[in-house]
Amino acid sequence: MSYLIVVGVTIAIYAVLAVALNMVVGYVGQPNLAQSAFLGLGAYFAAVLSTRYHLGFWWTIPIAFGVAGIAGFVLGAISLRLREDFLAITTIGLNFVMVAVFQYVPFFGGAVGIYSIPVPTIGAHHFGNLDYLILAALMLALVVGVSKYLERSWLGASLWAIRDDESAAASVGIPVASYKVAAFTLSAAFAGMVGSLYAPFLSAVTPTSFGFTESVVILSMLIFGGLGKVRGALLGALVLGALPEAFRFISNFRLLTYGVILLLMLRFQPQGLAGDASAVSRLVGRLASPLRKSRDHGPA
Amino acid sequence: MALLEVERLTVRFGGLVALDAIDLAVEEGQFVSVIGPNGAGKTTLFNAIAGAIRPSEGLVRFRGREVQGSPSARMSHLGVRRSFQVARPFASMTVRENIRVAAADKAVLQSLRCLGLRSRDRGIAERVDELLETFGLVGLAERKAGELNMGELRRLEIARALSSRPSLLLLDEPAAGIGADGIGPLAQLIRGVHRSGLTVMLVEHYVGFALSLSDRVVVLDEGRKIAEGRPEEVRHDERVIAAYLGKEGSRSAGTNPLGGSA
Repeated sequence: MSYLIVVGVTIAIYAVLAVALNMVVGYVGQPNLAQSAFLGLGAYFAAVLSTRYHLGFWWTIPIAFGVAGIAGFVLGAISLRLREDFLAITTIGLNFVMVAVFQYVPFFGGAVGIYSIPVPTIGAHHFGNLDYLILAALMLALVVGVSKYLERSWLGASLWAIRDDESAAASVGIPVASYKVAAFTLSAAFAGMVGSLYAPFLSAVTPTSFGFTESVVILSMLIFGGLGKVRGALLGALVLGALPEAFRFISNFRLLTYGVILLLMLRFQPQGLAGDASAVSRLVGRLASPLRKSRDHGPA
Repeated sequence: MALLEVERLTVRFGGLVALDAIDLAVEEGQFVSVIGPNGAGKTTLFNAIAGAIRPSEGLVRFRGREVQGSPSARMSHLGVRRSFQVARPFASMTVRENIRVAAADKAVLQSLRCLGLRSRDRGIAERVDELLETFGLVGLAERKAGELNMGELRRLEIARALSSRPSLLLLDEPAAGIGADGIGPLAQLIRGVHRSGLTVMLVEHYVGFALSLSDRVVVLDEGRKIAEGRPEEVRHDERVIAAYLGKEGSRSAGTNPLGGSA
């Protein structure tokens, strides 16, 4: 049971990262292969503050949110100057820069990382795996709630307009630059927020945990589930997060498996498994239509 | 005071002079067309007015205020809206969403009010319904804009541009890509928009279409203004005919490419 809870926490953390990444990649259409760097920033700040400065766990959450948000703001500002292909390369580079910073800046503990991160507490109660799961689920609920709200707001619709055509969006008065930066900031902030949970959950952080590979895994989840859709990000995190656990024998070939899945998805289901008009969406639609009909033709 | 004044507007791309010291003025309520052969600088002029490109020299005044170099979003908030030569819908959004997202004003988009819910704004919903009706898009309202044909896209672009009740509408080749059958109804729609009191500037490749709609016509050739006047004056202007046919062609062809006899 405890093992399943641990897997559940991992999947929920991936889901937060994928839903947050969707704000930039899905809504605004900007490439971002640096989500793991923002996760790392949040995790490292939480680890440093709680081990070295003995700051309580609950304080580290908003600080990790803020620090990663500031980093996202900077990346967003840089993105305004770059074409999409250069931005993709820049975000890839950012992972390596962050890993190097974690590795070589003494503040972050050097190559060995930071160990013995205190277990969070509520009063006298020390966190167990179930508490981590509940908190991860609450963070997921928050990021999903914010995403769903955004979709119904002027900001959300404007982000879609920017994704479809920046010049046309600007021509109808949408402040393209500030909205893009806002999306990067919010996305990174949520990644940092969940990083503050990730650090004590693992009880240690090491530089290589937040490298390029992890960013690719998070982006793969989004593409697998369906870009632009919260349900896609959730499905992608669930399936690709559970896959290594369900198929232990392929765990050594995790990235290779993700690569093959990505290629197959892009070839046969580019809209993702839960995207509009995907095979799964059509199947769900077909299964739901008899139910709808019987409801519509039911007694008045 | 003219609604729009352009003074010695010059746009250079490296060594190429795309617009060379253009002067023009558009009065409130006028319908002004800008015509000229391919490469004359018509779309560049629109881009410079609408804020899509920064002019190299010269002034653009809108309601007496200097606005040259202002970005597109600011021009939109000042009341200048445009359509594009190649239709640029928000393809993944529905027709209704396309118009609605363009209807938000500066107060909504440039403050925390952008976090407000779209569904709460009843005034905008009514405006969107009205535009869908006027432009014959009611039946397509819930279709994705990327699925529309060219004629439908052209109507959507104009409806989208009008959603914020602009003061000046810039139409960049709205008849491009639609069949001969579609041009008449489109002209009717544009005429209706102008009659409602809106000032319209039109760039058009189909000269007859532009002349039939305009109060005044500006003719560009190779980045320079070569003629300006009422449609009938421009139609018989030797320099304009020469620009369209070439000097030799205008002597030998015996027909007027702008309609009427040469």
